[in-house]
Amino acid sequence: MSHTPFIWAAYSIGTVVLLWCALAPLIHKKAVIRDIRKLSQIEERNRDSHS
Amino acid sequence: MNTNATTMNKDKPRKNWLVMFIHKMGSPPWFYGFSGKLIPWLWAIFAALTIWGLYLGLVKAPADYQQGESFRIMYLHVPSAWMSMLIYTSMAIMGFIALVWRIRIMEILAMSSAPVGAAFTIIALASGSLWGRPTWGTYWVWDARLTSELVLLFLYLGVIGLYNAIDEPRKAARAACLLALVGAVNLPIIHYSVKWWNTLHQGSSISVTGGSNIDPSMLWPLLIMAFAVKFYYGANLLTRARVKLLEQDKRKGWVKKIIKERES
Repeated sequence: MSHTPFIWAAYSIGTVVLLWCALAPLIHKKAVIRDIRKLSQIEERNRDSHS
Repeated sequence: MNTNATTMNKDKPRKNWLVMFIHKMGSPPWFYGFSGKLIPWLWAIFAALTIWGLYLGLVKAPADYQQGESFRIMYLHVPSAWMSMLIYTSMAIMGFIALVWRIRIMEILAMSSAPVGAAFTIIALASGSLWGRPTWGTYWVWDARLTSELVLLFLYLGVIGLYNAIDEPRKAARAACLLALVGAVNLPIIHYSVKWWNTLHQGSSISVTGGSNIDPSMLWPLLIMAFAVKFYYGANLLTRARVKLLEQDKRKGWVKKIIKERES
């Protein structure tokens, strides 16, 4: 039995899982920053309408 | 008397520096700035060590006389398995500190550890299974080591699930930290499972006190890989903690200031 496919499969799974684990917080960060910008815009609009 | 006075004077600035550092770490803006500077270095060290370790392990090291080429899975499996336990230990310790002293950064760090630990546990289980097929003739057996490692994955998923199930982040973190602490009982079970029970999984080939029975040409790449993944954990943990801090403090001035600075 050739062992090569098992080695490739193990390292492929490892790479995908570690890449996803590293990229997930960066994707989430973009969404959080978008939320914060929206929140700031709403607050500025409210401040302008009150003044 | 004079000697004591000199020693006290020498210790004072060092103690002050340490206390100042711990106090600063508790401040979200300082933590955010400091970790932001540290993360690129951690990624760079991780990348350099991984390339070096994989080159030695996959290209330079000879094939094993019994297992053949499949032993090369060890360079992924063993560091991941060690990390799965180390991250849980650090999560439980940070959880304990968060519960006792109510330090918010510790809650965030403990909760940010869980997905990274779960990722390493998945890799350890999958790579071990792929090593088991050519070596043992099966992908899975319900032996004590494999089963307790699977329980560890469920504990990680439980901590992540509980944290996400409660809306108020601090309440959620406290509940999840408590679960992480209770789950720490599984760690000695994983470690000693190969001694306490008759398992198909082999015993430890490396021990801190008893040395190693692996040839140095195969051992060094393993140690380099084990060292490399610590930097992955550090970089990933800090990245996740920074995002959680931004999310929790989104109405606070320091966050708005950072976002404005990014825009300009």
